[in-house]
Amino acid sequence: MDALILQLLNGLDKGGAYALIALGLTLVFGTLGVVNFAHGAIFMIGAFCAVTLRKLLTISTQVRDESITLFEAYKEVPILEAKFPVVGSIIVDFSVPLAILIAIPVMLALGLLMERGLIRHFYKRPHADQILVTFGLAIICQEIIRHYFGANPIPQAAPAVVAGSANIGAFLGLGDNVVYPWWRLIYLLFSFIVIAAVFAFLQFTTFGMVVRAGMQDREMVGLLGIDIQRRFTIVFGMAAVVAGLAGVMYTPILPPDYHMGMDFLVLSFVVVVVGGMGSLGGAVLAGFLLGILQSFASMNEIKSVLPGIDQIIIYLVAVVVLLVRPRGLMGRKGVMED
Amino acid sequence: MSKKIITNAWSRRDMLKASAATAAITGAPLFFSRHAYGADFLNNPGDSGVVTLGFNVPQSGAYADEGADELRAYKLAVKHLNGEGDGGMMNTMQPSELKGNGILGKKVEYVTGDTQTKSDAARASAKRMIEKDGVVMVTGGSSSGVAIAVQGLCQDAGIIFMSGLTHSNDTTGKDKKANGFRHFFNAYMSGAALGPVLEKNYGNDRRTYHLTADYTWGWTQEESIIASTEAIGWTTVEKVKTPVGAGDFSQYITPVLNSGADTLILNHYGKDMINSLTQAIQFGLKDKQVNGKNFEIVVPLYSRLMAQGAGENVKGIFGSTNWHWSLSDAGSQAFVKSFGQEYGFPPSQAAHTCYVQTLLYADACERAGTFEPCQVVSALEGHKFDGLGNGATEYRAGDHQCFKDVLVVKGKENPSSQFDLLEVVEVTPRAQVEYPVDHPMFAGGDLGSCNNGA
Repeated sequence: MDALILQLLNGLDKGGAYALIALGLTLVFGTLGVVNFAHGAIFMIGAFCAVTLRKLLTISTQVRDESITLFEAYKEVPILEAKFPVVGSIIVDFSVPLAILIAIPVMLALGLLMERGLIRHFYKRPHADQILVTFGLAIICQEIIRHYFGANPIPQAAPAVVAGSANIGAFLGLGDNVVYPWWRLIYLLFSFIVIAAVFAFLQFTTFGMVVRAGMQDREMVGLLGIDIQRRFTIVFGMAAVVAGLAGVMYTPILPPDYHMGMDFLVLSFVVVVVGGMGSLGGAVLAGFLLGILQSFASMNEIKSVLPGIDQIIIYLVAVVVLLVRPRGLMGRKGVMED
Repeated sequence: MSKKIITNAWSRRDMLKASAATAAITGAPLFFSRHAYGADFLNNPGDSGVVTLGFNVPQSGAYADEGADELRAYKLAVKHLNGEGDGGMMNTMQPSELKGNGILGKKVEYVTGDTQTKSDAARASAKRMIEKDGVVMVTGGSSSGVAIAVQGLCQDAGIIFMSGLTHSNDTTGKDKKANGFRHFFNAYMSGAALGPVLEKNYGNDRRTYHLTADYTWGWTQEESIIASTEAIGWTTVEKVKTPVGAGDFSQYITPVLNSGADTLILNHYGKDMINSLTQAIQFGLKDKQVNGKNFEIVVPLYSRLMAQGAGENVKGIFGSTNWHWSLSDAGSQAFVKSFGQEYGFPPSQAAHTCYVQTLLYADACERAGTFEPCQVVSALEGHKFDGLGNGATEYRAGDHQCFKDVLVVKGKENPSSQFDLLEVVEVTPRAQVEYPVDHPMFAGGDLGSCNNGA
């Protein structure tokens, strides 16, 4: 029972990340009709917003490192913490949540720049061209990050107050072995909030209503005198913000490196396909479903019967779903079927 | 009266026959000795004033930072071989035929390749170096999968391969090759060195849980560590293979909580190790009490670059390493000084092994008096040397594995600088990590005979 609860939490946590990335992918596909392979890179750049903020907050003066006598080595003394020991330490400690404030405008600007500068030129081109150009863009983003930050993962600590684990077992009246890191629980809550916010925005605002109408019939909305293109551009920016925030909050769970976006991108595409191309609800549902299945498939009891199942389960489910429901779990008729 | 016309003129047929015969006679020696034209082995530099070495390192991918450090070390070695700089470990290496005038009087030049830490890419770049750049030796790499693949290619081509960072038993075990040489230590040695230290610190009654990278290095390390921990009375609760580059290891870590194990062995390296260790700490494993004991984590293969990536999480965690920059012997100090002055920070163990391999190859050529691979192999086999940072060392002839002392290290509790992350807790003597050539963990391969590509 303890193991099942822990794997369920793992699955929800992983699923939260998949769902947030897949949500952005689906938004872009549903509105602009673009298959955006650079979406993983946006997630990665979001994570590096947190890395950059921490680097800025810990800008240091170089002091001769007396512990090394063979050559002149220098160690770094952070200026902020040296000048304001208490406040400075608290700000650095909370650098990951603070990075959200930086990431929102940065990711929005990046999304708009990406859409206006490059992707809009490929709206009327075949999907293969869109995939090639966005994939190329992803590689360029990756290499730029690698050039400035190196290839090694860069650990980002969660604030000390939530660095430990929550004893869920004691809370639920189970054993002491059901512990789960506080930050992962926060991430799960965060993903629920962001998903709910995106749905509420699309459901309860005029802007969202126009976007939904545009997703249904772009031409008709245009004939009504609404500049649907401008709204779709903003949606692209919004998708970038969602992926970027997912990246920022994921950094204490997975030390970010330049390749992390690509690792998530493939899985997120499978999530989108399983959920149904263009279906926001489908993307969220499939994200959590596949995350949970992946976690349960990693259990030793299951792996002892089906060795290697943890590595193929997602793709296996994708094959089965596409055979049984070719449009995915919640796919709409006519999407990518022309 | 008959009239007989006698003529000395050659007919056209005679001309053709004569031409064919002449061509056959003059061409035959060239045909039979086409590989021996000015040379009797592949990529013989002949009368050229330069000799080219191939540095095949990961310049992209997960081990790019380690590859960059390897490349720094190779460039430094080339500098020293050509008589530039302070000479580094050339001044401490014993015995040494190196004179600082290149190798055999030829200036050393190099070409680089990107292994991408993928066997196919590594083989392709090594092939390009051998066929297009005419290298006499290929060296480098940060993965056993890559090392084994490139070693096989060099064996087939007839080029010497001096491996970089490769820790799998298989490199000098079932996949050993006559043209391949490994200076780096291996998984068996890690186990043999760690066993007594773990026993001393954690006692004889422990239950271990292994998370293992699912490829040649992970498998052999798991086997080696299990052998050494079970020899001190520990039991193995579970062995779980994890995909390379899994990223999030939470689904593999949570079962540890309920397994009854009190020790987690992470047979991971590089990015996987950084992620799995960080996540294990986040799940509170280090704070747990199991079976009345503190829960412990062991990382059998450490590197400073990895320790930097894992940050504070390495504190108090035991592992082993091939070399560490804080060693106080003359060779290590000479190398650290030379490397530090050049680049401003101390070298990693990957940089050390690559630098040493280059000097050892150059010295073997000098002793052999030639670049001919089979004679270089003979010069390296059974060669005993000192002054290169690991004490007295021998390149064993039977499997081309270097035998030397092994370092057991621990994550430092109070590091004095960003480089001062590991402390050496024990230098395990060579005798303790030695094993016979036909040891079961290394069985199944054949060194074969050397190939000079002729």
